[in-house]
Amino acid sequence: MAGMTKSEFANPVINWIDTRLPIFTMMQKEYGVFPTPKNFNYFWNFGALAMVNLVIMIITGIFLAMNYQPNTELAFSSIQHIMRDVNYGWLIRYVHQNGGSMFFIVTYIHIFRGLYYGSYKYPRELLWILGVVILIIMMATAFMGYVLPWGQMSYWGATVITNLFSAFPIVGPKIVTLLWGGFSVDNPTLNRFFSLHYLLPFVLVGVVFLHVAALHITGSNNPLGIDVKSPQDTLPFHPYYTVKDSVGICVFLAVWAAFVCFYPNVLGDPNNFIPANPLQTPADIVPEWYFLPYYAILRSVPNKLLGVCMMFGSLIVLFVVPWLDTSPVRSLRFRPLMRPLIFVWVAAVIVLGICGAHKPEGIWVILSRVATVWYFLHFLVIMPLLGKLERPLPLPESISHPVLGPRGGGPLPGGAPAKPMEKA
Amino acid sequence: MRKLKSLLAGVVMAGLLVGPVLTATAVAQEEGAMPNERWSFAGPFGTFDLAAAQRGFEIYANVCSNCHSMKYLHYRDLSGIGLSPDQIKAVAAAVTVPLGVDDQGNPKEGPATPGSQFRSPFANETAAAVANGGAVPPDLSLIVNAREGGPNYIYGILTGFVPAPSTFKVSDGMYYNEMFPGHQIHMPPPLQDGTVDYTDGVANTLDQEAHDVVTFLAWAANPEMVDRKQIGVRAVLFLVFMTGMTYAVKRKLWAGVHH
Repeated sequence: MAGMTKSEFANPVINWIDTRLPIFTMMQKEYGVFPTPKNFNYFWNFGALAMVNLVIMIITGIFLAMNYQPNTELAFSSIQHIMRDVNYGWLIRYVHQNGGSMFFIVTYIHIFRGLYYGSYKYPRELLWILGVVILIIMMATAFMGYVLPWGQMSYWGATVITNLFSAFPIVGPKIVTLLWGGFSVDNPTLNRFFSLHYLLPFVLVGVVFLHVAALHITGSNNPLGIDVKSPQDTLPFHPYYTVKDSVGICVFLAVWAAFVCFYPNVLGDPNNFIPANPLQTPADIVPEWYFLPYYAILRSVPNKLLGVCMMFGSLIVLFVVPWLDTSPVRSLRFRPLMRPLIFVWVAAVIVLGICGAHKPEGIWVILSRVATVWYFLHFLVIMPLLGKLERPLPLPESISHPVLGPRGGGPLPGGAPAKPMEKA
Repeated sequence: MRKLKSLLAGVVMAGLLVGPVLTATAVAQEEGAMPNERWSFAGPFGTFDLAAAQRGFEIYANVCSNCHSMKYLHYRDLSGIGLSPDQIKAVAAAVTVPLGVDDQGNPKEGPATPGSQFRSPFANETAAAVANGGAVPPDLSLIVNAREGGPNYIYGILTGFVPAPSTFKVSDGMYYNEMFPGHQIHMPPPLQDGTVDYTDGVANTLDQEAHDVVTFLAWAANPEMVDRKQIGVRAVLFLVFMTGMTYAVKRKLWAGVHH
């Protein structure tokens, strides 16, 4: 395939480059004229939002690293130096700190979108799997980032979470020593976490690239979950979806700015304003909100090893969702039984999140057990069985002719009485 | 805080509002009821009452600083509560701080400059613990952010020294405080009516003193707050405007698309 491209760009400089390295042709193909289903709703904003979020995190993170000291003696005060003495350091820091939460909000909604509209099904299985890889890398990055300020919750969170690996027989304690770089959470731990926290976002960029590349091979799913059948079903990505994504980006940045400027610490824990003290354990050790559901699953099981396995299992199970779901229909709009059940699953995750924030006593233990069982039941039993038992609603003929009305099966929009069939 | 966190987990994933119902049951029994005071700096538009913060600094300088450090602050930072450069120089010059070593290698002391860190009352943690019956007085730079309840909690501690109930046995060297978890605190009651003589004519009641020092501490923990909120108003207004603009463009662009 060696040989120069015949570039169509009029600008001679762009044409010269494009002939030798056709990146402009590629951008034009993938983001300019890229045929995109024309019926996206605003749920399809969240991939772009996550991308924007990742870029902002990397930029703010680079500036933070210029002033941060990954040393147990200095880490906490270097953060205070950033907050008080570095020009707009507080802004960069709060954008980054709240950006972690924003990233999870956006990603969780993105995942829900995938589950609701069956975006993981043939032919998008690998796209979904890469997404789960992104989620796991993101979680590792967020966890290590939370350790860096070296406050009480940083230290004790790191201690509790790294200790989980000790549950594995034989290799467990060795893994923990390796993570710590010693025999307790200490300076070597902080050093390696800083190093990895700087590295992993760039790994994320790589996996995100693959995620997007895979998306551009299969093309996007859409709210009807049916395949694109003709060019009438699609619109060029630019300007239609660049402008629609821009609307979402503005709203998203407004929410982020409101958190940063008005409630920068509302999602954090007061204990992290106290420097790490290995001799004093906080009254209760709670992870950041985005880890609470997993934390609840972990604590709902009396056996440590089983609890750890269940916690990791709650993520691992996502990898096989494309094969657990046996239904031929993608979008839950046409699956009358699964549609309510996905919301029951979401409710179970929320209940887990709430349980994770409370001490595992009394009602919280029972609730977290019920919700844990439901979490796995949904994937392992309901998904495979319902796909076979459920009778889906009739699917529209195509995206351009959703004969059953915009929501499939719903009433036609007002003012548009059903016209008699035109003569062929 | 925890309630908010669980709430967010809820709102985020679907907005199903089981949160308030389930979280409402969690109530701490060990601690006193959290006060709910009015603060000049509360809410999205609140700013620091600078006169109160200055009175609060006076209390810190005369009372709290005998035991509590504020090591993340420098005297120059006091411009944030409205002190002039000359006032700051005067405040700093009145304090003796360690100044490294002299040319013979001996530790040197001298008057602080605006660039000096706030003087710490004890040379190190061990010295602080020995002088205070084993309990290290916490650094106050971030104390308002570092406690559940924030300013209300600190106010509750400062005003929470009441006679112990007859059934409650207070250990030697401890004081009864209705706000403090477990009700026994090493800190003797730091403020009473008239502890500090205000020069601006404000009544120096315990309540007023506690309010003032908490205002100062809230500023110390979040010196960027006023700037932050001002930027926030502009940023959010701008982004709301941009949302409207882009939405209008989107509507116009999509007008011809049947979907």
